[in-house]
Formats: sequence, structure tokens, C-alpha cells
Amino acid sequence: MITEAATVTFDKLDLDCGTTLAPVDCAYETYGTLNADKSNAILVLHAFSGDAHAAGEGGWWSNMIGPGKGFDTDQYFVICANVLGGCRGTTGPGSINPATGCPWAMAFPAVTIADMVRLQKMLIDHLGIARLLAVAGGSMGGMQALEWAVAYPDHVLATLPIATTARHSAQQIAFNEVGRQAIMADPDWRGGEYYDHKPPARGLAVARMVGHITYMSDESMREKFGRRLRSSDEFEVESYLKYRGYKFVDRFDANSYIYITRAMDSYDLTQHGSLASLFENIPTRFLVISFTSDWLYPSYQSLEIVSALRSRNCDVAYVNLAAVYGHDSFLVEVDEQTQLVRGFLASTSKEAKRGRP
Amino acid sequence: MGVREVYGRSDYAIIGELVEPGTKVLDLGCGEGLLLSWLKENKNVNGRGVELSGASVQKAIARGVSVYQGDLESALEDYPNQAFDYVILSQTLQETRHPHKVLESMLRIGRHGIVAFPNFGHWSVRWAHLWTGRAPQTELFPHDWYDSPNIHFLTVFDFEALARKQNWRIERAIFLAGGDQVTLFPNLTAEVAVFLFSRS
Repeated sequence: MITEAATVTFDKLDLDCGTTLAPVDCAYETYGTLNADKSNAILVLHAFSGDAHAAGEGGWWSNMIGPGKGFDTDQYFVICANVLGGCRGTTGPGSINPATGCPWAMAFPAVTIADMVRLQKMLIDHLGIARLLAVAGGSMGGMQALEWAVAYPDHVLATLPIATTARHSAQQIAFNEVGRQAIMADPDWRGGEYYDHKPPARGLAVARMVGHITYMSDESMREKFGRRLRSSDEFEVESYLKYRGYKFVDRFDANSYIYITRAMDSYDLTQHGSLASLFENIPTRFLVISFTSDWLYPSYQSLEIVSALRSRNCDVAYVNLAAVYGHDSFLVEVDEQTQLVRGFLASTSKEAKRGRP
Repeated sequence: MGVREVYGRSDYAIIGELVEPGTKVLDLGCGEGLLLSWLKENKNVNGRGVELSGASVQKAIARGVSVYQGDLESALEDYPNQAFDYVILSQTLQETRHPHKVLESMLRIGRHGIVAFPNFGHWSVRWAHLWTGRAPQTELFPHDWYDSPNIHFLTVFDFEALARKQNWRIERAIFLAGGDQVTLFPNLTAEVAVFLFSRS
């Protein structure tokens, strides 16, 4: 698989909050080869804690992206970029504020899902791609996919929002707030100004532990841990959560956690009108997938999107896949998802060649 | 190649012939999307489907057909008026809770309805009922009464009577037995009836 990793610097990015970031870096990776008429590009959008490294060794969606896989890199040119506000190469609160020469920390402007997508659009323009064959992502990646379809309907042939929502529920906001509070309650957080000191590892680890609980299901946790003990005074599940929590600290910035979760919480596709009115005359096809055991992004949230699309007679396919892994299913339950994505992309590609989007 | 040669279903063959090329079609209870897939390939139809079975929906989507997983009776409510040229209900009418509402909804969202159903008036059904004195079990209705997806048993005459009552226009009526068309005494000889109907 031909893989490239790069960072492109843009002069500026206007944000929803009214300020302008200048300059702004966007770290991205690509897999496969862009064809001559640049019609085989797929933008894959990562979830909250992901990054641009989607495929290949250690890639967060490596089981879905690659030669012969759901997103087949022998046929398609797959792009994934780290999100704005992130900490894996794209500008975020840990980046240097050109005005002070120090990391932005909490002085970093508030970013939104729409801002993230605007930066991705600049990347796609930079790559010379006029129209994407598809945008696809799960969870927060699915929010970005929806935003792409609504903000740039003529630049996307197909949209795959997976295990996602058009707006967070009180429950989803609540879990994110617990994570943020855990970070901010850690004395090492220092109001965000920790870059010259040790990071708020305990707070960030606790935030991640809560996150992991919400990504699993009761069934998958019973299966994976049950009441098994790791040692005389520690359950297997405790040990697992601590391990995942502290491992997360090595690769993630606590301030990015705060900024990105706020972007997710503030996202509301319905804030300027009904979903149905937003989807009026949207020409892109949709494949919406939810998972039966996903209680963090329950299927009713996908159905809300699908119902609005159908009320405007948009081209939408929807399935609620039977899966036991909870919200993590979109990363884990690969076989069925692979069949769906492969077939959906093949028919989209075929119709595009026929000239009927 | 015709749809019948591909899938061996005579009701599909008839429906395939009834649908005009280049139209917009909704198939209710579309299963694995075989008919829609054929219509798309051979008649350049813009097709959508509704199917309750997740396993079938997965296969349909993998086949490239846009299918929505849901209950067809509630799914019908979301679609806007006259969104489709044809709304198809093949071999499912007898399984719906409120058939007349489903049929009315089909004509709300589509210009034409196409309905295919097994004819309970077929002589073999009548004979089985008369001879055994029990709920008839035939090739057409193979299920035990207590374990059948069919909750309504209608005949050709029943559908025609409902069409008159609801003021629908029957544009075409095609009757099938063993894959062949029959014309004589269809309520007695037809195993499957296919109606193309619309609002008068």
C-alpha cells in the first residue's frame, strides 16, 4: 500500500467563534493512488481520540482501510487528517501561539466541528480534488461526515456517518463533562499552563477511563473481564482501565481533550433549522450505520438522521448492525461493515462513472 | 436477460416488465434487493428499498441498493407525497397489519402502486380447506396456521372489491400459475396476482 504522511501549512483559517488562526497546520496521511481524473478520493474522518494515522501498522481503522479491505486502497485514494484542535500534528492548544512564542494552552480559540471540516476542505483543495467520492467516519468522525454533506454537498458523492448523531444528548455531554472536570481537577493541569511542567496525567487518565466505559457494552465487559481478579485486591477491569488511561496520557494532550470534547458537545446540526430542511436537495448518497449495543450513540440518533433524509427523499441506506461491542463496534465489528462499505462504494463509483450522482 | 431467468421469480418478471425505464421506484419488503438491483442494471431505475430483516438489508446494501432497515408500515410515513413513480409491495401485503392503510400510503408516496400477493382463492386452497376441514396448507401457503407470517388471506376478488371501494384504478392485472400467465377464472386459477393500480 502506497502511504504518504505530510503536513501542510495554510496562511489562515477563519473560525466560527469569529477569530482567525494564522497560520494553521494540517497533518494528514494518504493511502493508495489518486487516479488521473481525481475521482477516487475518499476522506476518512477520525473519532475523538484518533489521528491522521488511519491505516497500516497501528492505524485506528487499519482493518477497514487497505488493499482489498472495505476502503480498498487498490481502487481508492484514502485521505485522513488530524482534526483542528488536536495534538497529533494539526494546530491545537499545544501548538505555539505566534503572538507569544508559547503554547496556546487555554488561550486557544474555541473550535467547532464545522471549523474542523473547513480545514479539511482546504486540504482537499490543496490536493487538487474537486469532488470526493466519499466522506466517512464513526462517532465524532460521523459528525464531520454529516457536516461535509451539509456544508459542501456538491463536493461529496457519498456520505457514511457511522455510530454518530446530529447533536449530542444530555447524556453524551454529561460524560464529556466528567472527563473535562477530571482533567481540570488535577492540580497538574494548572489552568492549562502545564507545557513546561509534567502534564495532568492523573486527570487525563481518569477522563480516558470514563470514556472507555462508555465505548464498551455491559455484555462486552462481562465477556472481557467478568469479575476476574488481576491480583488479590484488583479486578481485571480496574487494571485494564488504568492501563488504557495511563497509556492515553503518552499520546494525548489534556487541553486538546477539553477543546475537542467541547467541539463535539456544541455541535448541533439542527441549530439553524430542522434536519429535514438542511437535507433539502442534498444530492449525496448516504449510508448510515448504527450498532445494536451502542448505548453512547444509540440507534435512535442515527434514525433521526435517516428519517429526516427520507422525508426529503434523499438517497439513504440504513442498517442497525447486530454487535456486542457497544460504541467500539464501528472499530471492531469489521466483517459486516466491510461488506456494506465495499458494496456501497462500488455502486457509488459505478453511478459516478455513468454520470448520475 | 430477464429478471425471471436471473432470479426464477415470476412475480419479479412481471414487475420488471411493468416498471418503465428511468423511473424512481420504492420496493417495500425488498428482501436482499434482488429486484431493485435488476431494475437498476437493466432499466436504469433509481431504486430504494425498505426491509425489516437486518441480514437481508446488509446483503442489499452490499449489492449496492439503498435500503432502509425498518418496519414498512411505519417507514411509509416519512416519505413525502408523490416521491416515487412506482411503489412495489411484492408478496408482503398478506403480512401487513393494516393492508388498506399500506396500499393507501403507497398511492400517497407513489404515482403507481404495484402489488403482488398469493391468491387465497386458488382452487387448491379451497380444495384443501374443504377436504381437510382445517386451515389450508398448500404449496402456496405452506405454513402451519400457528406459525405463519400471513395474517390476512385475500383473493383476487377481495383486492378488486377493495380497489372499487377505495376508488383506485386498476391499470393492469396479471395472474400467474406455476410461472405462466392465466386469464380464465383468475380467482380460481391464479396462484399469484399482480396489480398495477393508481388513484382514479
